[in-house]
Amino acid sequence: MGRITLQQVAKSFGTTEVIPPLDLEVNDGEFVVFVGPSGCGKSTLLRLIAGLEDVSGGTILIDGEDVSNTPPAKRGLAMVFQSYALYPHMSVRKNIAFPLKMAGVAKADIKKKVENAAQVLNLTEYLDRRPGQLSGGQRQRVAIGRSIVREPEAFLFDEPLSNLDAALRGNMRLEISELHQSLKTTMVYVTHDQVEAMTMADKIVVLQKGVIEQVGSPLDLYRNPANLFVAGFIGSPAMNFASGATAQEFDATTIGFRPEHLKLSPEGGDWTGTVGVSEHLGSDTFVHVDIEGVGKVTARADGDISLGYGDTVFLTPDRARVHRFDVHGLALR
Amino acid sequence: MATKQSRSAARLMMAPAVFLLLVWMLVPLAMTLWFSFRKFLPLRGGDLGFVGFDNYVRFISSSSFWPSVQTTLIVVGSVLLITLVLGVLLALLLDQPIWGQGIVRILVIAPFFVMPTVSALVWKNIFMDPVNGLFAHLWKFFGAEPVQWLSQASLPSIVMIVSWQWLPFATLILLTAIQSLDSEQLEAAEMDGAPVLRRFWHIIVPHLSRAITIVILIQTIFLLAVFAEIFVTTGGAFGTKTLTYLIYQRVLESQNVGLGSAGGVYAIILANILALFLMRIVGKNLDA
Repeated sequence: MGRITLQQVAKSFGTTEVIPPLDLEVNDGEFVVFVGPSGCGKSTLLRLIAGLEDVSGGTILIDGEDVSNTPPAKRGLAMVFQSYALYPHMSVRKNIAFPLKMAGVAKADIKKKVENAAQVLNLTEYLDRRPGQLSGGQRQRVAIGRSIVREPEAFLFDEPLSNLDAALRGNMRLEISELHQSLKTTMVYVTHDQVEAMTMADKIVVLQKGVIEQVGSPLDLYRNPANLFVAGFIGSPAMNFASGATAQEFDATTIGFRPEHLKLSPEGGDWTGTVGVSEHLGSDTFVHVDIEGVGKVTARADGDISLGYGDTVFLTPDRARVHRFDVHGLALR
Repeated sequence: MATKQSRSAARLMMAPAVFLLLVWMLVPLAMTLWFSFRKFLPLRGGDLGFVGFDNYVRFISSSSFWPSVQTTLIVVGSVLLITLVLGVLLALLLDQPIWGQGIVRILVIAPFFVMPTVSALVWKNIFMDPVNGLFAHLWKFFGAEPVQWLSQASLPSIVMIVSWQWLPFATLILLTAIQSLDSEQLEAAEMDGAPVLRRFWHIIVPHLSRAITIVILIQTIFLLAVFAEIFVTTGGAFGTKTLTYLIYQRVLESQNVGLGSAGGVYAIILANILALFLMRIVGKNLDA
């Protein structure tokens, strides 16, 4: 069981309030991702759950039990750090065994559990190496191995993939998702990368300046962003916004439309624009278009479209998928 | 240093420094070896010719030789132990964020800047004097008989003075090492269920091993040559005669340069044995 409940949890450093009181529920077995720009308080929130920081107010419950003042080791959580925080002077085997050794588990059991974990994570042949002799991805797996041997109530990940290169990041993303499927343990994952959030999460928590902007499933956030911030943050490339007369047409202060919901046509459409840079990705082409009266927008087109710099194109937004926002930036439904 | 020309130019420019260093080292060494085989009594007839290994045999068969080696090893060993243990603890303490951190750190380093002669005199006269010393007053305050530090507990007194001088060095090196420890490692250990003491043993001490090695090696070199502290306090009496001090006595007090030089050669051999020994034990920490 690993149900984590935050009730009015707040954190201040001195007089600076980093996280105003907030409520959050993480259900058992859920993969929850905290996402937001850097400095939004997502790591602090994770450290509060881990117990590495004291709460300034409110209570943290794990399985209904108040752990606000419980030391980190007694909360039954395991954490994977951004720097991996492996112990450099210990072999991989000893690194993975460390939490078990601290818990006073019998030697034979330790050996068995370490070897099981190594098998799951493809680390068997590296057990006797030092962390310094491993690649980034392998170190990452050792850090995960060290956390799974404890069989924790929940895993906490603090931007675990940000030190890896793009290809490896994609692989590790899959591996962590698969680990979650096989272990069915609660996972709380912090990242600034919305792609990680969208691909891995059961539930995304979007944070900005310590405030929860929206909580929901990836597709929920994609389809129904609650406000301008979430609309702009979720989705890649980012949503286009327009205000003024264009938005008035839709009875809104600001409207938002995703690049993939814009139709490009050489013949005719609602808006006329001049083509800027086109980014060809093979499968798709992202075309940057300057539309008079609307501004610069990005549109997604087929991979084999050929448009030159300075060409004139016509764009039509998918009216059913235009997001409307009021003066305060909140979504109108 | 890519081209042949720049390489040879570099060699040429380095030559004077290398030459000077070589001369600085080789001339005294050669002279020590030369004198160690001669009977040389400056005030009693001067240079009286070769005597073979006579000086070596006399120096080692003197009743003061083995005790002096023992004293040397005790001083080096105890000072190393004290400075390392207290140095680690002080470094841990100084690593904590405290008010006035800068000033406290300067105060901690201060003893290192005091000349050995001066600090030994300060200890001798202000702290250890059996009549007017601070320790004597402290003892009397608690109704105890003041200790005659330099005569009754002479060797521990010397160890205390020398440790006081070298503690700042050890603390400084260890402090910089502690500061380079990734705090996430400690947090990870905390999450892994390691309480404070086990975090210290399993994470901090291994992290410090390289710094500890450096402290041991550098301090050993200097501690083998401790002289001023003994000279101004006990003058080598009450079992505080180290090998260095014995050599001094042979050369200057007995005016026997040959005998002292033979002692010097023994000191070189002892230093090398110790160095070999240390490199075996702790030198591996310096790799990678």
